[in-house]
Amino acid sequence: MTVIVSQLFTGVSIGAVLLLIALGLSLTFGQMGVINMAHGEFIMAGAYTVYVLQKVITGAGWSLLIALPIAFAVAGAMGVLLEFLLIRRLYARPLDTLLVTWGVSLILQQAARDIFGAPNVQTRAPDALTGNIRITDDLVLSNNRLFILALAALAVVALTVVLRFTSLGRRIRAVVQNRDLAAVSGIPTGRVDRLTFFIGSGLAGVAGVALTLLGPIGPTMGTNVIIDAFLVVVAGGIGHLKGSVIVAFALGTLQSLIEYSTTVSVAKVLVFVAIVAFLQWRPQGLFTLRTRSMA
Amino acid sequence: MYSLRGRRTGALLIAVALALTACGSKTGENESSSSGAVADTSGDTVKVGLLNSLSGTMAISEVTVRDSIKLAVEEINASGGVLGKKLEPISEDGASDWPTFAEKAEKLIKEDRVAAVFGCWTSASRKAVKPVFEENKALLFYPVQYEGLEQSPYIFYTGATTNQQIVPGLDYLKSQGKTSVYLVGSDYVFPRTANKIIKAYAAANGMTILGEDYAPLGSTEFGTIVNKVKASKASAVFNTLNGDSNVAFFKEYKSAGLTAATMPVVSVSIAEEEVKSIGTQYLADQLTAWNYYQTTPGAANEKFVKAYKAKYGADKPTSDPMEAAYVSVYLWKAMVEKAGSFEVAKVKAASDGVTFEAPEGTVTIDGATQHIYKTARIGKVGGDGLITEVWNSGSPVKPDPYLKGYAWATGLS
Amino acid sequence: MTSTVERPVSAPPAASRRRFVSKAPLRAGAGLAAAAVLLFAVAPVALSDFRLSLLAKYLCFAMVAVGIGLAWGRGGLLTLGQGVFFGLGGYAMAMHMKLADAGPGQMPDFMLLYGQLDALPWWWAPFRSPYFALPATVLLPMLVAFLLGSLVFRRRVRGAYFAILSQALAAALAIFLIGQQGTTGGTNGLTDFQGFFGYDLDDPVNQRMVYFIVAGSLLALLLIARQLIKSRYGELLVAVRDSEERVRFLGYNPANVKLVAYVVAAGMAGLAGALFVPAVGIINPALIGIVPSIEFVIGVAVGGRATLLGPVIGAVAVAWARTTLSEEFPAAWTYLQGLLFVLVVAFLPGGLASVYRLLKERRHGRA
Repeated sequence: MTVIVSQLFTGVSIGAVLLLIALGLSLTFGQMGVINMAHGEFIMAGAYTVYVLQKVITGAGWSLLIALPIAFAVAGAMGVLLEFLLIRRLYARPLDTLLVTWGVSLILQQAARDIFGAPNVQTRAPDALTGNIRITDDLVLSNNRLFILALAALAVVALTVVLRFTSLGRRIRAVVQNRDLAAVSGIPTGRVDRLTFFIGSGLAGVAGVALTLLGPIGPTMGTNVIIDAFLVVVAGGIGHLKGSVIVAFALGTLQSLIEYSTTVSVAKVLVFVAIVAFLQWRPQGLFTLRTRSMA
Repeated sequence: MYSLRGRRTGALLIAVALALTACGSKTGENESSSSGAVADTSGDTVKVGLLNSLSGTMAISEVTVRDSIKLAVEEINASGGVLGKKLEPISEDGASDWPTFAEKAEKLIKEDRVAAVFGCWTSASRKAVKPVFEENKALLFYPVQYEGLEQSPYIFYTGATTNQQIVPGLDYLKSQGKTSVYLVGSDYVFPRTANKIIKAYAAANGMTILGEDYAPLGSTEFGTIVNKVKASKASAVFNTLNGDSNVAFFKEYKSAGLTAATMPVVSVSIAEEEVKSIGTQYLADQLTAWNYYQTTPGAANEKFVKAYKAKYGADKPTSDPMEAAYVSVYLWKAMVEKAGSFEVAKVKAASDGVTFEAPEGTVTIDGATQHIYKTARIGKVGGDGLITEVWNSGSPVKPDPYLKGYAWATGLS
Repeated sequence: MTSTVERPVSAPPAASRRRFVSKAPLRAGAGLAAAAVLLFAVAPVALSDFRLSLLAKYLCFAMVAVGIGLAWGRGGLLTLGQGVFFGLGGYAMAMHMKLADAGPGQMPDFMLLYGQLDALPWWWAPFRSPYFALPATVLLPMLVAFLLGSLVFRRRVRGAYFAILSQALAAALAIFLIGQQGTTGGTNGLTDFQGFFGYDLDDPVNQRMVYFIVAGSLLALLLIARQLIKSRYGELLVAVRDSEERVRFLGYNPANVKLVAYVVAAGMAGLAGALFVPAVGIINPALIGIVPSIEFVIGVAVGGRATLLGPVIGAVAVAWARTTLSEEFPAAWTYLQGLLFVLVVAFLPGGLASVYRLLKERRHGRA
């Protein structure tokens, strides 16, 4: 029983990590119709932000909280730059965008290697986040995973509020649903695109900060985590946050439960099979936007 | 147009047929068909090959090995070279890709005609280049601890084989009264073979193995595995994870409330460089099994550490594979000088008993296995990021890649 | 997906469509002849044994590129998982060669070392026979592509969804192979082959023979691709790429059209993988995963995705640049590779093949 509960907790927290990574990806996917392969490198940028910050602020502890907004801004700015320089020229060619962003991700990885060195760097986690909450002797909930869970929840709520209740959110939704109609209605689609990219990429930066609590901080950290997030976005469908939320937690729990009874490799393969089967049932993902512009 | 194509197709078929009929020897028909590439030793200099991943995922580790090989080559050149000839290092990038390793090995041997090649890190890269060296009868010096069960006539192994690292690690755990062990490793040949040996050892020594888990290389999600380790209540963990996975594993380990005091982890792939990237916050007091640490006492090591830091920076630590790579160049020099020739057959024949005062202590080549005698050392990670020795085997351990001298290991290979 | 159909990137404007249909294959015919001369007459004389065996490796990548050119360039199917089929073909061949080396009734060396198996696994056994193994190198990838393709295309999974799915397949297969070390060799893959159908692979003469087989196969694949492109099917494939809905309204089933291209491309990658094994001497999971799969695509994009010879030239050029550059500047190669993706795909989507046309159009004042 304890085992099942602690495994469920692990599954949910894997889901939270996936969700944090996939949220921004899903936002930009909805907007440009293709997946930003450089999203993983924006995550990396967020993680390196913590590293750089800790070089300046030696007090460790709180630097992580300070890093959150800074990482958001750094990764967001990189996203805007990418959108402005490349992606806006390619809105009519979604598949080409995918390849171009892959090229960008290669360049960013190598740049990180040249700037910070090829080996992983270390950051210090605040002491409060390396401990855990003890429920029973066998069941402990680690603080870093609880923190990430809270962060993911916060990100979902904040994003929902922005999309639902602000004028910016209405504009973003309009552009996602029908770019041409939005444009003729007087919405400055170019500006909206850049803002969407800022938010989406900024969320990747936040995910990067969270990942410093869990894994290595190095040039290839983005590629290690991004494939699963792609699957979340594809299976979640575009234009709906709740699709990503449901799929992320479902995948996380599925992965951790299969992994517990078999091995990591088997779990990975089975999750892939599950996604293919799922897309048979829902080829455009869990939720689809029904508008005239959808093929 | 169609007739044109017809003719062309015909020509093509003929060409293929010609190529097929003009065939060379069948397998086993003509053993001397490849006489092997001959090193070019005619000039004032002799070329040596450095084959390491300078790009890709393995670059992190392999660049440091390349650096220490270069250091040894420079030192040797400064003191007069080998048999009066200066060494000219030719460095090639294996790019963390095994077919590329094979390709570059062939280039070093056939195009550059080097006298010996130093390098490779992963077992997979070694397995990929092994046929190339055997086919061309050229020499490779392999500097990394590995899973044993190999004895190529054209490879010298200067890292530890299993009975110089894993078996001493287990002996140490046993002496500390740790009777139940959980095995965690990356999913590739070294951890799987190591764990096979550990299981055989455990069966014969009254240890119980409570579980065995493998994570794909590069995997960074260890929630489930750590849950399993914790639930097993093992008295120790034997860790054969590699690279990035170690970082994620130890972060998870600590936040699950597991510590070196309650459940120590013995790692065989974490050296000084890795400690730096994981952080002592997570690693303090955990155990490692190697043959060399930066803190190993002795004049030879002081000189090596000083020279390395002077050349590459004061913040750069030295580690076991780097030391083994450094030593391999000196061992080759000693073998060539003993043979009085760069010729591969003569160098090989001269190898048995060649010794060198290495930073890790005296090492001696065992000509029969082409491995070297090495002292096993268990170390503990300190708060300063360095590893200090807590136990050693007293004298160099004779290499035994097939574990023939251990009764419990019969049937393993 | 938005409704914006991917622009037919290198098909000429409608006015010159007739020329596109009639003249282009002729030019490609001349190109093919030139390629044949280069591969069979010039290269074997001009290159050392070592460089010739490198060329054989590049040509294997070029064979994959021919298939990608067909599926992606002509059919609009961005497949980021060709490594899967390359790997299946390669493993099929490697398993046969391992068994042939071991001799009748024996098990391959690595299994005895790492596997601790009592008997050959059942799924290895058929590969002992060359009559099974050789066809399997091509048919096995085609079968897998058929199964996956008929599932996803029928449900109209396309565009980025298909690309991501094909990529995840590559990741899943690589992880699976690594996990089965005792029977697949794990990360080491299969290596250390002695002979190729009885011929000693150490012998330079036999290495040349392998080169000629690779070059001949590449030409054969080019002829097949050319026939397909010229046929009614080829036109239908381009039509599906440019407007799937219209093709559906005309009474065709676009799913089947795509399926054929995907399956043929898989077969080509399978053959390439099979020949890669004797040419290079190794097959391993790293050749299957995400990175090599997407690297296959870059060569095609550089050369010109929708042309017949463009992908071949691009694949060879990129592989050659990698070998040469990484010898001198390992870091620079990664930057260059990234830049190639960005610059070629974003600003020269027709690839090198379109440079000539662009220049000509500029001269005629049509640009």
